[in-house]
Amino acid sequence: MSLSREDVLHVASLARLGMDDAEIASMQEQLSSILGHIDVLNELDTAAISPTAQVIALSNVFRADEAGESFTQEQALMNAPASYGGFFAVAAVLGGDEGGSA
Amino acid sequence: MSLPDDLTLLTAAESRHALDNREISSVELTNAYLSRIDVVEPKVHSYLHLMTDVALSQANAADKRIESGDVSDLTGIPIALKDILCTTDAPTTAASKILEGYVSPYDATVVARLREQGAVFLGKTNTDEFAMGSSTENSAFGPTMNPWGENRVPGGSSGGSAASVAAREATISLGSDTGGSIRQPAGFCGIVGLKPTYGRVSRFGLLPFASSLDQIGPFARTVEDAAIMLRAISGQDKMDSTSAPIEVPSFTEKFGTDLTGVKIGVAEEYSVDGMEPGVEAAVKAALKQLEDLGAELIRVSLPHTQYALATYYITAPAEASANLARYDGVRFGNRIEGDDLIDTYMRTRGQGFGPEVKRRIMLGTYALSSGYYDAYYVKAQKVRTLIKQDFDAAFEQVDAIVAPTSPTVAFEIGSRTDDPYAMYLADVFTIPANMAGIPGVSIPAGFSDGMPVGLQLLGKAFDESSLLGIAHAYEQAAGFYKDLAEV
Repeated sequence: MSLSREDVLHVASLARLGMDDAEIASMQEQLSSILGHIDVLNELDTAAISPTAQVIALSNVFRADEAGESFTQEQALMNAPASYGGFFAVAAVLGGDEGGSA
Repeated sequence: MSLPDDLTLLTAAESRHALDNREISSVELTNAYLSRIDVVEPKVHSYLHLMTDVALSQANAADKRIESGDVSDLTGIPIALKDILCTTDAPTTAASKILEGYVSPYDATVVARLREQGAVFLGKTNTDEFAMGSSTENSAFGPTMNPWGENRVPGGSSGGSAASVAAREATISLGSDTGGSIRQPAGFCGIVGLKPTYGRVSRFGLLPFASSLDQIGPFARTVEDAAIMLRAISGQDKMDSTSAPIEVPSFTEKFGTDLTGVKIGVAEEYSVDGMEPGVEAAVKAALKQLEDLGAELIRVSLPHTQYALATYYITAPAEASANLARYDGVRFGNRIEGDDLIDTYMRTRGQGFGPEVKRRIMLGTYALSSGYYDAYYVKAQKVRTLIKQDFDAAFEQVDAIVAPTSPTVAFEIGSRTDDPYAMYLADVFTIPANMAGIPGVSIPAGFSDGMPVGLQLLGKAFDESSLLGIAHAYEQAAGFYKDLAEV
């Protein structure tokens, strides 16, 4: 399996990873090589096999819906790169007058 | 027993004895480790953050507890924590620039349990960034050296935790194992490393890499110390719904010196091209030793072993790509402002993550993306079923399976960094246990070219007791645990 430069740019955009041209080129080469090794899985006929997502023997784990201790607002915001009036602050995502920015 | 001049030579079990008999205090023991750290840390670089003040205050408190008779196994014992476990009184960075300076508002469950028991925290240890790697060279804050050889890697990802115990900068340490990240560095550093059964130990507060594979476990110089730490951190936790509602034994109840009646499987699939002859020889000698102890060696087949590495490099990156989506510079971690919110995400993540983390996020995102999901992700999940079935069948015949921990001893720093897949091969023998969720332990089995060789024992789910019983009998007979790294 070989990835094109466009494939790499598409995946980088899905993953929100900004990379320069040199990184994109090296990623293209390395991912293609790793996927080449992974193609070994196609040797196996798995049509009749069911997938395993996890290996524990538990099914649903329930508990009563009761309020417990939680973070204070201060604790929740203590690592925020930017906060405003008790909220996490980010750049406006809505334009113009409808803007929700503070 | 008479006390050594250097208290860091004591195991946790020996220290417990000496503390309870008032032969030493926890402050003395802690100071011995702090002095040792002063001397060897510039060469080894096991730690990312030292917790000197915290440790001395915990040691003082431990001495008061011991005085009052309120003692647990680890009260007053100095330990180290992989810097991927959340702590409220030291940074938690996962060796990533994106989390530089981050201090968690909560303790991981394992940390909280150790705190309650009065353990002493010496510091947070180096790791590959977000536990992604096999050599600790992917740390954003510089590599760790193997205490057995200059310019050799300690293995990874929990290389700092392994080196800290091998260099006697901690009595015991905690690491995490997603594809071998405890067992492989334990093998490379000549100590004991245990990956418990998936679900045995709460993962709450472990920064997640691949949630269906991650498990926290101990590094120690002896199997007994590993059992003591496992007992301290095990058990169901309401904060981790995958933690198992299964009773926690002492994990030492099967310790003995005779393995008569024990059936140990040997799988021919645990041999690959490029196996180091010295590793093969050490494992062969260990098989003989196990037989001499009375164990019956039985040939078993695990035919899908050769597919485990490829399965892992779809499954783990896929889970990682989802787990690491949280590092977006909004709620915590570093932010690099861009032209708009999307650009801020791209810059924050593009500059905050190192090359291996980016590679795995890319690989996982690709495997989960539209058009490739069935061909890669679902395919890998199906092969995971086959790998698990191999173990289920083998464990109908045997109590444990024996294999090398890694195909080679610790390699030189820089020798595999240009070829990601060559680096991945270091974990070829440890990955299958994570795919199946079973416990595995690496124990010292001699040397090849002056560097330690690890012997891996794999056991049945939630039967760490039998596994550690076999490991203990072998360890005591083989005696390699007495060889200490000279730093």
